[in-house]
Amino acid sequence: MGELIKVGMADLKVAKAPDTLTTLGLGSCIGLTLYDPVIKVGGMVHYMLPDSTKIKNNSNIAKFGDTGIRELLRLMLLNGANRRRLVAKIAGGAQMFAMSGSSAIGNVGDRNAEEAVLILRELGIPLIARDTGLNYGRTVELDCSTGQYLIKAVGKSSKVI
Amino acid sequence: MAEFSLDNVNSMYMDVLREIGNIGAGNATTSLASMINSKIDMNVPKVELMEASKLSTAICPEEEIIVGIFLEVKHDITGSMMFLMRMDSAHYLVNKLMGKDPENRDDFDEMDLSAMKEIGNIIAASYLSALSGLTNLTIAPSIPYIAVDMAASILSVPAIQFGQYGNNALLIETEFGDDYMINGYFILMPEEDSYATILTSLGIQM
Repeated sequence: MGELIKVGMADLKVAKAPDTLTTLGLGSCIGLTLYDPVIKVGGMVHYMLPDSTKIKNNSNIAKFGDTGIRELLRLMLLNGANRRRLVAKIAGGAQMFAMSGSSAIGNVGDRNAEEAVLILRELGIPLIARDTGLNYGRTVELDCSTGQYLIKAVGKSSKVI
Repeated sequence: MAEFSLDNVNSMYMDVLREIGNIGAGNATTSLASMINSKIDMNVPKVELMEASKLSTAICPEEEIIVGIFLEVKHDITGSMMFLMRMDSAHYLVNKLMGKDPENRDDFDEMDLSAMKEIGNIIAASYLSALSGLTNLTIAPSIPYIAVDMAASILSVPAIQFGQYGNNALLIETEFGDDYMINGYFILMPEEDSYATILTSLGIQM
């Protein structure tokens, strides 16, 4: 058994098999993973907001989708991952409260998920699985031995994507 | 006028929030005391300034299930507010209100959730009337929305809201109760312009 490595909010980490990367209780944030199945290196970024260019105070790169995903890619490559083999998965982006969708904060979960799609397309990394939206929190675990992304939620059976 | 940010938070603003916490908890105590028909005490609230990304563990471990009540506010100021409780406090209030055994820990049913919303409504109104009383501003709350889920997932909402303007967040911890003290956490999240409105209405120079 490898170690369970925690990724906090506005945080990103890279790990190798047999370790597992986890984030506890994702809400509207996104837990995006990159994985190289050949050398079994995985990475996870837990970002809060989609776009750093819309925010004045944007020094923390792991806080934003655009800068966070790019930084995670850079770290993956630094750890020997091959860009052409990388695959991505995303989870989170929930709307925790059923507030009116028009408010900027109300649909931030959706915007976070859309940002991942956009940036991954730009980087040419395939998004092979997603479990996003709806109205509940998710605990996620990326197993670097297999690339499986385990998703747990309160009162629901866990699933692997 | 300097731009307001919680990254260089004004101690006056902290005092204002502490006072809102004080008056708000006082109002809530009075309303709840008559609803659940018992005498209620309260303690002086604590105002905590922290990094927004640390909010997920500010109340309890990330995966502990809590109750979050969320309201949008508009009119003179726009933004939102939240009131959060750990499950033992939430069960205590619902049991009192619904006339159930105080030890009952069954999952909330529809009736319990609607009682919880009503409690949320009262508590939110208590804090908002404290804010509008202090500032002389008109503040109109939306209906309350409720979530019962992992603490980190619920707290991602204020973390993101604060995260839009800077790296810091403010959390107000209040305690009230009789033989049993209820721990509640109040979070006020004005939109950027509304910070200025609040401070200006209090005669505070930024």
